[in-house]
Amino acid sequence: MIKQIEGSQAVAEAVALCRPEVICAYPISPQTHIVEGLGALVKGGDLAPCEFLNVESEFAAMSVAIGSSAAGARTYTATASQGLLFMVEAVYNASGLGLPIVMTVANRAIGAPINIWNDHSDSMSQRDCGWIQLFAESNQEALDLHIQAFKLAEEMSMPVMVCMDGFILTHAYEQVDMPNQAQVDAFLPPYEPRQVLDPAEPVSIGAMVGPEAFMEVRYLAHAKQTMALDRIPEIAAEFKAVFGREAGGLVRGYRIEDAETIVVALGSVVGTLEETIDTLRAEGIKIGVLSIRCFRPFPMAAVRAALARCARVVVLEKSFAVGLGGIVSTDVRLAMVRIHVRGYTVVAGLGGRPITQDSLLRVLHLAVADELKNLTFLDLDWDIVNNHLAREAASRRTGPIAENLLRDIGASAPRTR
Amino acid sequence: MTQPIKFYQTGTFTVGNRLLPEDLRSVQSSEARDNSLNSGHRACQGCGEALGARYVVDAAMRATAGQLIAANATGCLEVFSTPYPETSWQLPWIHSLFGNAAAVGSGIAAALKVKALKAGEARATTRVIAQGGDGGTTDIGFGCLSGMFERNDDVLYICYDNEGYMNTGVQRSSATPPAARTATTQPLGPEPGAEFGKGKNVPLIAVAHEIPYVATATVADLHDLESKVEKAMRLHGARYLHVFVPCPLGWGAASCDTIRLARLARETGLFPVFEAEHGEITSVTKIRRPVPVDEYLRLQKRYAHLFGAKGHPETIARIQAMADKNIKRFGLLAEEGAA
Repeated sequence: MIKQIEGSQAVAEAVALCRPEVICAYPISPQTHIVEGLGALVKGGDLAPCEFLNVESEFAAMSVAIGSSAAGARTYTATASQGLLFMVEAVYNASGLGLPIVMTVANRAIGAPINIWNDHSDSMSQRDCGWIQLFAESNQEALDLHIQAFKLAEEMSMPVMVCMDGFILTHAYEQVDMPNQAQVDAFLPPYEPRQVLDPAEPVSIGAMVGPEAFMEVRYLAHAKQTMALDRIPEIAAEFKAVFGREAGGLVRGYRIEDAETIVVALGSVVGTLEETIDTLRAEGIKIGVLSIRCFRPFPMAAVRAALARCARVVVLEKSFAVGLGGIVSTDVRLAMVRIHVRGYTVVAGLGGRPITQDSLLRVLHLAVADELKNLTFLDLDWDIVNNHLAREAASRRTGPIAENLLRDIGASAPRTR
Repeated sequence: MTQPIKFYQTGTFTVGNRLLPEDLRSVQSSEARDNSLNSGHRACQGCGEALGARYVVDAAMRATAGQLIAANATGCLEVFSTPYPETSWQLPWIHSLFGNAAAVGSGIAAALKVKALKAGEARATTRVIAQGGDGGTTDIGFGCLSGMFERNDDVLYICYDNEGYMNTGVQRSSATPPAARTATTQPLGPEPGAEFGKGKNVPLIAVAHEIPYVATATVADLHDLESKVEKAMRLHGARYLHVFVPCPLGWGAASCDTIRLARLARETGLFPVFEAEHGEITSVTKIRRPVPVDEYLRLQKRYAHLFGAKGHPETIARIQAMADKNIKRFGLLAEEGAA
């Protein structure tokens, strides 16, 4: 059924179609509309029986999810940014215990300085936590990925994080094709746990493991993620058979077949990039985009195959490892080992800085001419950066950085080019 | 899951039983006991927490006809009970983290409720307990505990209070009493040991949540402990049981003095034993003859700096004043001639 709805509402309805049994919610922008939507469905009795818990923190949200999943219930929660960081200990615990929880991360920057707008710092900080991480390009894909996520999580007995760009997707009203209950039921079987807390068959879960087996337990987590690399494309194919559209999978290329330059990106910026690529193609530049839809497990072979014949790779990412550079780039470089291509990292869109086609065209023209720096910050305002560095050189007690910069700009809202 | 029961202590009665009629006595070993926390675990000799947990969980098992799931915080109880491939737990048991046992309990209860509704039952027959030490309860797990309380989730939370972080090497918690020596409240300076005027009373904080049931108990009165667990399991919603469990290692006490110390804590007034329902205190265990706090403190090396040649009589007087305040506040003193 075609609907014109907000991305969050689309995700809420898709999760509802998956017949969740326990949902825990703690408010944090920009994921709040998702759990508000689900809360209304539970309160109205549409999902009965389903328990909706308003918890006191994200740490509690993930902890409640751990309890309910271990007791055999299909469990969902959503978070973002500081919330994801606040629950980190439980995030690692959920994957360590092999509990198939599905969580939406409405991607948002991490403070300080506090910032509610979109980038990928939050989920990238959790790339090694043992969860599968899927990235949505559009609201339709966000909706579809949630339905796939429950199936994937429960088959692998491993939690899945569906990452969707905060505000850009969560708050955008777009047309989506909402499946019906019969389709979802045909695709997603009821949850049958591998391990469950049951008085009829008492087990101890969460025992201490010493040096004698810890390595093996950790390796098995890796082995299972490697197996997920095979299963994720199969689930995408099964999804297409039932719902009649492409969604998910590991990577998706756009005009990469003969591309000399390939831009690698994740999430909603891929749409902007595709339009930019069309413009560059019209100028005769052989360029394409590779969208990484599954970031963990990292699809090393698929990325390598996609990049094998190009001359240069530009990783455009909304995340950044302070003191190093790109985060996605580091993984992409691993996939490029022993294939002789030039690699560039463009850090863009941090804290909601718009990524415009004009800026992309400028930076990609430099890239195809091999005039781009290895690490570039898209649309960085060097004036205010240098101004502050000069201030620090001049005196000791310069005060807080963020407040100084805002005063220099003289604006209360982020300036955009 | 069948295992022969070893009757190490057949026929022995635990301290506190002797004044009771036979049918009211708590017996350590019997075929009727579930042994949910089975023998062979790695707790220290004289561990108050192991004793408390054994009685609490078995009482809860009896009250629920074995339909019970436990969530456990990180800590001594978790570490000594599950040195895998061995586990002492003979009930479904999960350990997640240090600070989230109450929330994990909430999640299990929510899942059980949904499963029950799907099976056409009004409410789940399987019940949930969550448990942890004082560090996992009054400090790092406090947020999750308060959340579970205010949502009135159907979980009985049990805090085994040994007044410090014993698993990590005896550091101060917010349940560590004033003047007590720990690895982080050293017996040095003008006010040796833990400082006065700090710490929190979590049983009273639980009462302030106006949850259906709050009780305190000690391992000196196991029958009282069992009856409070049974009462808690007859009720639904959030319930809290705070059990005073001496720690021979952390307190520097003889392992044979665990029960004695627990009894003295109550009889001095330092640990008031009471019950509360929906925010009102409904009963207190009276003290027939209050014991001076010296008798309790002297048995523990964590208070050794208060005694000896120099001593700190004024500090002991301050601790006595705390006990006297409890006696007055909770009305602990039995009237002359009353039982």
